[in-house]
Amino acid sequence: MTVESQTEVEVSMTVNGVEMTRVVPARLLLADFIRSYLGLTGTHVGCEHGVCGACTIIVDGAAVRSCILLTVQADGAEILTVEGITPSEGLGELQRAFADDHGLQCGFCTAGFLMTITAADEIPETDEDLRVFLSGNLCRCTGYQNIISAVRRYVAGRTT
Amino acid sequence: MKPPPFIYVRPPSINEALEVLAAHGDNAKVLAGGQSLIPLLNFRLIHPEVVVDLAKIEELARVDNEDDELVLGAMSRQSVVEAAAIVRQKCPLLPKALNHVGHQQIRNRGTIGGSIAHADPAAELPAILLVLEASITARCSTGSRIIAASDLFIGPFTTSLASDELITEIRIPTGGIEGSAFAEVARRRGDFALAGVAAVRRQGIIRLAAFGVGWTPLRLLEAEAEMTKNGNIREGITNAATAAQSEVHPLGDIHADAEYRREAVAALVRRTLPELFV
Repeated sequence: MTVESQTEVEVSMTVNGVEMTRVVPARLLLADFIRSYLGLTGTHVGCEHGVCGACTIIVDGAAVRSCILLTVQADGAEILTVEGITPSEGLGELQRAFADDHGLQCGFCTAGFLMTITAADEIPETDEDLRVFLSGNLCRCTGYQNIISAVRRYVAGRTT
Repeated sequence: MKPPPFIYVRPPSINEALEVLAAHGDNAKVLAGGQSLIPLLNFRLIHPEVVVDLAKIEELARVDNEDDELVLGAMSRQSVVEAAAIVRQKCPLLPKALNHVGHQQIRNRGTIGGSIAHADPAAELPAILLVLEASITARCSTGSRIIAASDLFIGPFTTSLASDELITEIRIPTGGIEGSAFAEVARRRGDFALAGVAAVRRQGIIRLAAFGVGWTPLRLLEAEAEMTKNGNIREGITNAATAAQSEVHPLGDIHADAEYRREAVAALVRRTLPELFV
């Protein structure tokens, strides 16, 4: 057979602006690569089957669930995690809006929300559309109201 | 949990992918978007020896319009198809339905072909292909064939594809479409549908398909007949809803019992049919 069969695969990708090449098991999930191999533990693993959104990262500009992506599928990709939107000191604008509006309590889901919002081409204007837009991220603590207001605060801060 | 060990193959062309499938048959699983496959691997509900990743095969990702047919490559991403201007223009039912497939994060990776090959009874896309009378091109290393959507979905998570066959493209006839409508009932946005209906009016003829109410999506033939034989649209819709309720045989589960799903189908028929006449 001409096609190469592998259980360990070499992958190259850019993570938060840093280029890297690693050999990883074919079955290694991207979430686990990010957390265990790269030590970027801001991305969380909740359900591990693609429904809760805690693992949301940005791959080639699109929000995706890193728990249902194999690391090998990210070969050649540009990846942005929550560490990539955090300034070296303090908080970014979106993070500050979440903090100021109590858009988080335990914080487990928060990175996922931040990445989903960061990936948006346009933040939906009505609250109903915004809730649909955020429906892929689950929060057990806040009841979502302060997440919605945090996003509104962020949008308002951006346009002034 | 984590996936069990497997051999990973990323063929650069359709022919090479077909060679791999011919060699491994039932021991191989195709990886398209992975939004259904990888959860199954994470749950360890499946243990394929070989996983065949189609990502490198660019020709499978096409989204084209050919005369009166929309041609969607099997690897076309759901979010790309949902946003494509040519799709919105030629087949507005597709973006309406795709908007309900999981969440945008799922659709950024999930593919049209993958969803169809997975054949979840509660999935939107199989029902859309049924109501639009689409055809699916399936290739294997020794040839290719066209499968009508009505012949593809034969059981829960079961298609009529052979283990060495690959869906390469889906063709949707778009000529004569005068109206389309879509509605589903789910507990939360993005959840699998408890019941769903897709409706199309093409050259005056109405087609209805339901999903989430049986082992496979199905055409609501008796409901369609009520619309054909009744000159009065309002009466037709009422009778169609009643017919739909009795022609589906849903199984109940913890999310919704059979009676609820039957009533939901009737309500969705009442909700979608009027949209075909505006």
